[in-house]
Amino acid sequence: MIPEIGHIALITAFVVALLQCGLSLWGAHTQQVRLMAIAKPAAFAHFLMILLAFACLISAFMNNDFSVLNVAENSNASLPMIYRICASWGSHEGSILLWALMLSGWGLAVACFSKNLPSYVLARTLGVMGFISSGTLLFTIATSNPFLRILPAALNGRDLNPLLQDPGMIIHPPMLYMGYVGTSVVFSLAIAALLSGKLDSSWARWSRPWITTAWCFLTLGIALGSAWAYYELGWGGWWFWDPVENASFIPWLLGTALIHSLAVTEKRGGFKMWTALLAILTFSMSLLGTFLVRSGVITSVHAFATDPTRGIFILVFLAILIGGSLTLFALRAPRASVGESFDTVSRDSMLLANNILLLVAAFTVLLGTLYPLILDALGLGKISVGQPYFNAVFIPLMAPALFLMGVGPITKWRSVKPIELATQLRWALAITVITSIISALTMRSWTASIGFGLLIASWIVVSTINNLIARLRLHPQGFFTGFKIQTMSYFGMVIAHLGVAVFVFGVTMVTGFEEEKDLRMQAGSTSELAGYQLRFDGVKEVSGSNYTAAQGQITISKNGQVLTIMQPEKRKYFSSEMLMTEAAIYSKVSGDIYISMAEPVSMTEWGVKVQYKPFVSWIWAGAFLIALGGFFAILDKKYRSKPLSLVKEAS
Amino acid sequence: MKRFLPLIIFACLCVFLVIGLQLNPKEIPSPLIGKSAPQFTQPILDQVNQEFSPEQMRGKVWLLNVWASWCFSCRAEHPLLNELAKQQTIPIIGLNYKDQDDAAKEWLAKMGNPYQLSVIDRSGNVGINYGVYGVPETFLINSQGVIVHKFTGPLTPALIQKELLPMLAKLKQSI
Amino acid sequence: MNQFLNTFPRIALGVLLNLFLLTSLSMANEAKPLADNPELEAKVQMIAIELRCLVCQNETIAGSHAELAVDLRNQIRTQLQSGKSGEEIISYMVDRYGDFVLYKPPVKSNTFVLWFGPFIILLVGLWALLRHIRKERVVARLNSDNPDDVLKARALLSTVEKDTK
Repeated sequence: MIPEIGHIALITAFVVALLQCGLSLWGAHTQQVRLMAIAKPAAFAHFLMILLAFACLISAFMNNDFSVLNVAENSNASLPMIYRICASWGSHEGSILLWALMLSGWGLAVACFSKNLPSYVLARTLGVMGFISSGTLLFTIATSNPFLRILPAALNGRDLNPLLQDPGMIIHPPMLYMGYVGTSVVFSLAIAALLSGKLDSSWARWSRPWITTAWCFLTLGIALGSAWAYYELGWGGWWFWDPVENASFIPWLLGTALIHSLAVTEKRGGFKMWTALLAILTFSMSLLGTFLVRSGVITSVHAFATDPTRGIFILVFLAILIGGSLTLFALRAPRASVGESFDTVSRDSMLLANNILLLVAAFTVLLGTLYPLILDALGLGKISVGQPYFNAVFIPLMAPALFLMGVGPITKWRSVKPIELATQLRWALAITVITSIISALTMRSWTASIGFGLLIASWIVVSTINNLIARLRLHPQGFFTGFKIQTMSYFGMVIAHLGVAVFVFGVTMVTGFEEEKDLRMQAGSTSELAGYQLRFDGVKEVSGSNYTAAQGQITISKNGQVLTIMQPEKRKYFSSEMLMTEAAIYSKVSGDIYISMAEPVSMTEWGVKVQYKPFVSWIWAGAFLIALGGFFAILDKKYRSKPLSLVKEAS
Repeated sequence: MKRFLPLIIFACLCVFLVIGLQLNPKEIPSPLIGKSAPQFTQPILDQVNQEFSPEQMRGKVWLLNVWASWCFSCRAEHPLLNELAKQQTIPIIGLNYKDQDDAAKEWLAKMGNPYQLSVIDRSGNVGINYGVYGVPETFLINSQGVIVHKFTGPLTPALIQKELLPMLAKLKQSI
Repeated sequence: MNQFLNTFPRIALGVLLNLFLLTSLSMANEAKPLADNPELEAKVQMIAIELRCLVCQNETIAGSHAELAVDLRNQIRTQLQSGKSGEEIISYMVDRYGDFVLYKPPVKSNTFVLWFGPFIILLVGLWALLRHIRKERVVARLNSDNPDDVLKARALLSTVEKDTK
């Protein structure tokens, strides 16, 4: 019964979304206030319906209802309850429903937090979101229905992939989707503005908090995915340039570019056309990523069960939505803003250079991901593009952007003399160079790339703090008052930029100094790693609710003092043949000890891989700081009060 | 005009994606096509002290079919191979890949033996020389010992009708 | 006294023996590397990380647990032992499996766009930015608030650019 309620709720949601789309857009077009007013309640209603549907799906999982095909394929009676709930979004069907839920949730948020928006803009925005929603729901109902039944009901389910039976599964997909899907808001705002024929700086002001929020979630989602891969997959890697990872990274890069270009549009009024295009592109890439991951055109260990019919549907939807919005852009983009001009050396130009670099970086990731497909389609051979390519091309592209991060914030708008800039930055430059020289001389295995990474990281830190101090010092009433009057936006920027430096530092140290040993260990075997002493104390048999495992016991000491006992496992899940490696990690700020069991090599000995990953947690700490910076920026007062331009219009 | 650039680029991308939907990203084309079949001399299943090398098939058009008793997909294509053998369409030599002799003999006894003979490749080294990366795979080799085509994955009726038989006919014409 | 002189050497010997045993035990406890020849293994790894596993196509032959990956690692090891160089082994693999097996795409005519495209586009983008900045500066010097004037100026500038090319 419950799955049927869910099914009906889905269909109802589809109808409501369709109405939301049609009536709001028509109402805005014909200036009918009553039709436009339908947008808000419709957004609310269709969110509730999807929530109900999702609740029904979760309930089916919780009750082990194996007559529902999705439950039978992705769950198991002995699966712990929390993972039964997570399994609801562990499949293609469930995750698309989660996508739809997030989308309608964002729509509801727009409906609620839009006191600043004129009614016709709100109506159009919600109308476009309704269109996206109805497309997604139609796709779900027609090709990916999670409520399909199988008769007779299965006795037990196939089980959730053991790799997914992990806390990461609880939080990574929802966070990621919140971000991914959230870029649809600024997309819809752009379309609404293009439809109204009015793309002005108030559009930029409305859009900024929405994209920043989505971007925060996306940052967290990607970082969580990386951290999860690190501790779950068992060999210590944290980024693989896998097509699915790339699919989420491209919108992130574009979102970052958008945040920065909105700063230009908001402050100086220029580049509205460019910003609108970026807004369209960010969500488009998000959708494209969804297509790539679910259609089977690229290989990825991460990809969902693929099906060409689904691929065709998404592609058609993509073509209509993106093709339509780009056509609208081509026809309606503002001809000319009487835009402010600026000099070659100015904050405006630097932010735009940042945009170009980020865009080329995003393009590179997309190119690398799609290149095998393109060559194959043209009959020019079959190649594969792996990590070495992305590292070789992406890092040199990002380096100038990272350098600019230190220069941009201190540069004035419109125009600055290069000499002035150099003078302001002289201390930052000097300290950075000296730090780099010292590190080059004192580190044991220094290479040029390590040096470069450290140079960039220290440059960002020193120049950002330099900028902060300079700004605070400017205030006539002294340091602390200066501190208090700075906007949240400014602090957000400082924190986010420092986060990038922390990230770069983490990456540099791990890549440059990680150590690895493949050892043959038996009870009593010892080894030494990065100043720690390891002692293998044998293997114990343990079991969980749906697996048994061989659990290694490894005592870690330093200077004779026992610090911890690490317990890596080799798990055998009842439901599948898969042997899963569960690594043990001892994490400190200065680095992680990472141990995983390979295979038993004899009756008494096991193959054990021990790794030392210096400063690896700084990678995710940095990402967290970046998201935190974004969060601070959203809290800025200017987004909560009515913008001056509208106040003027009213009077 | 510049404003239409994003749309045009997107349209091109869509074309590639449409084509992409019809391709298989996992399938790897063989670089050995058009080259001589790699030489080997291996023992034969169920025939003590006998060995086989591809040279023995010179002058004939034949199939080299990579199979194993532990391979699930092989079961799907095996009836088709049996049929080809019964019709005497084309001689088939089996390459028993990374298998155990007893299990292999048992499997053939149960499923039927379409092979003139099966060559034992216990280590998988012959397979590596042929660029084998999965089982089953089938190589079509012409009378000069050149690999003309490689079928990756199990043979299907459609593949036999639309690809194997026409190719065979063309090869027989040129003899 | 005699007894002491008799037992002292024995005790000393016993202590010495124990010390010897303890030290050799602690050395014996040191875990040996998994591979029989770690140096050779390191070389195998260096080559294996350049090759893509064809079964688990997202991993390298170094990291993959697939049987084919194990076989290919063995091949690499055997070939290294018989004196083949890294390049020879890699071309051995490419001869049998094609360019797909290379983890890093080769720089060939069909990958020029892949390798050089991004940098070319970057240069084009920066050039476009500079051009835009210069054009806008000229327009700004017009000192006009009338958007039509601005439009006309921009159009004129574009044609002037085309003529002077």
